[in-house]
Amino acid sequence: MKYLLKRLGFYAVAAVFAVTLNFLLPRLMPGDAAGALFARFQGKLSPEALEALRRAIGISDGPLWKQYLDYLWGLAHGDLGTSIMQFPAPVLQVVWTGLGWTVLVAGLALVLGFVIGTALGILAGWRRGGLIDTVLPPLLAFVGAFPYFWLAMGLLFLFGFELKLVPLRHAYADGSTPAFTFSFIADVARHAALPIITVIIATLGGWMMGMRSAMVAVLGTEYLALGRAKGLSSLRLAWRYAARNALLPNVTSLGMSLGFVLGGSLLTEVVFSYPGLGFLMVQAVRSQDFPVMQGLFVMITFAVLTANALVDVVTTVIDPRTRSRES
Amino acid sequence: MAAASSGSRAQGFSLFALIRSNGRAQVGLGVLAMFTLVLVLGPLVCGDPSDYVAIPYLAPSWQHLFGTTGQGKDVLAQTIVGTRASLFNGLVVGLAVVAIGAAVGVTAGYFGGRIDSALSLLVNVLLVVPSLPLAIVIAAYLPPGPYQVALVLVATGWAWNARVLRVQTLSLRERDFVLASRVGGEPHWRIIFVEMLPNMGPILLTQLVGATTYAIGAEVGLEFLGLGDVGAVTWGSNLYWASNDQALLTGAWWTFVPTGTCIALVGFALSLLNTSVDEATNPALRVERSWRKYLGTVHVKPGMVTPVVGR
Repeated sequence: MKYLLKRLGFYAVAAVFAVTLNFLLPRLMPGDAAGALFARFQGKLSPEALEALRRAIGISDGPLWKQYLDYLWGLAHGDLGTSIMQFPAPVLQVVWTGLGWTVLVAGLALVLGFVIGTALGILAGWRRGGLIDTVLPPLLAFVGAFPYFWLAMGLLFLFGFELKLVPLRHAYADGSTPAFTFSFIADVARHAALPIITVIIATLGGWMMGMRSAMVAVLGTEYLALGRAKGLSSLRLAWRYAARNALLPNVTSLGMSLGFVLGGSLLTEVVFSYPGLGFLMVQAVRSQDFPVMQGLFVMITFAVLTANALVDVVTTVIDPRTRSRES
Repeated sequence: MAAASSGSRAQGFSLFALIRSNGRAQVGLGVLAMFTLVLVLGPLVCGDPSDYVAIPYLAPSWQHLFGTTGQGKDVLAQTIVGTRASLFNGLVVGLAVVAIGAAVGVTAGYFGGRIDSALSLLVNVLLVVPSLPLAIVIAAYLPPGPYQVALVLVATGWAWNARVLRVQTLSLRERDFVLASRVGGEPHWRIIFVEMLPNMGPILLTQLVGATTYAIGAEVGLEFLGLGDVGAVTWGSNLYWASNDQALLTGAWWTFVPTGTCIALVGFALSLLNTSVDEATNPALRVERSWRKYLGTVHVKPGMVTPVVGR
């Protein structure tokens, strides 16, 4: 429990760091970039939208600490400011629409990729020099060297444009309204399939090689030799004895690479025009909608921190060694 | 002193021996040498990549081997000229990332105590905050220009290196030769730069290779999003324009396939190089390799047997 509390405290520090950085960045812009930005929008936006921009980039008479307190106060109440491009929609509302889609695609891709990759790693580690162990690692390493979004472009071209198996963009067919009907859910699945597959393909090699080397390390230990001497079946040895222990480092690395996989998944969304956080972020950057951009950064960071905390909880539950570290 | 008492990982490491004996290292270095050749000689042969040479979206032909872009520019010329900026920036960012990572990591590990706690907290926080969204936000606030993306990548990329080098320093700090130089009254900077850093040679090398791979990939990603200088010819901006000119919807696969393949080839070559350096310096991996060779000569199927590593 003490270990978990310590981890949670760490995530709280990380959250404060991200929020503070988010607050300071526009205020630390070199030169009078804030003023120039403000001037560029003047006359193009309504006075209310300009006021929202002014607040977001911190051109005001108040001292910095007071702005910071105001910012934190707003954040605590779910007030991330107002979008400039979709004025007067609150940033939280804009960000919220993207969160669900990103959690769907990145979450499924992460879990499926991890499960499949780990299983392949177990097989490769168990039968070293076998078919899986010789063919897949170099192949997956080469595929993993492509940028995620480039794989997305390639797959979209092949399966969307040439073969016309999947739709080319968006999260569901234009004109249909979200509802809990079978046809709508099937439509969402058809749209999400290719983005999810892209991320799985790109990450599979990493999970597999991580699990493989963990397996190799465990296979050299003496309790496994004992198990073999006792005449345990090879299936039982591989899965119950070796894989169970080898799994733990891989779960830890799952936490470490969460942010990285999410980053790749955000870029993938851009290729598919999939309306998640990544697509929203690029739109915000291109239209210089600074309040939305910052709100997205806070939301993505919070999502990653939450997922990391979940991984920590899972590790403590499945690994007694983490619990004994408390003393 | 430094050479005589190298760390256990570094024992007997020589780049030349590695190249002679390791097939992966040969393939990796071969691919990199090829790209270096393209980088140096290519621009002399291929002409100006910004020239409008033919009608847009011309499929590959003998006149234009890789076809033309949505603006009627030569894709082959763009790929070749893009190589220079992308690889050069990747290497420079990689060097900067390792330098900062080494400075922070070694300082934290060597001095320990409060300095270590503070630096480690910073490193761990940076590792857990998602770097791509952070990079996008910082880049969006910086004025656009040739250094914008590089600066952002250096600022957001060094944490992992610092973490690895801190652990390495912790183990080196307790070695006899370091303790001896401390007792001998050598100044801190001399112990760090003359005694300890040379012993991290192979680690720094794999870190540089890894950081360069990261930098090339991340730069391509940010440029693909339209951050950085989209007017410059780089691999990232090639893909940005391919996507911007709706290459996917017109079926112009040749506008993005060559650049993507180059990125993957370079990334793959760098990772081959890293694996082989790892193999040469990590005894466990080395034993496994020679064990497999041995099994081959006695016609035993590998799988159930595991080599025991002597210490």
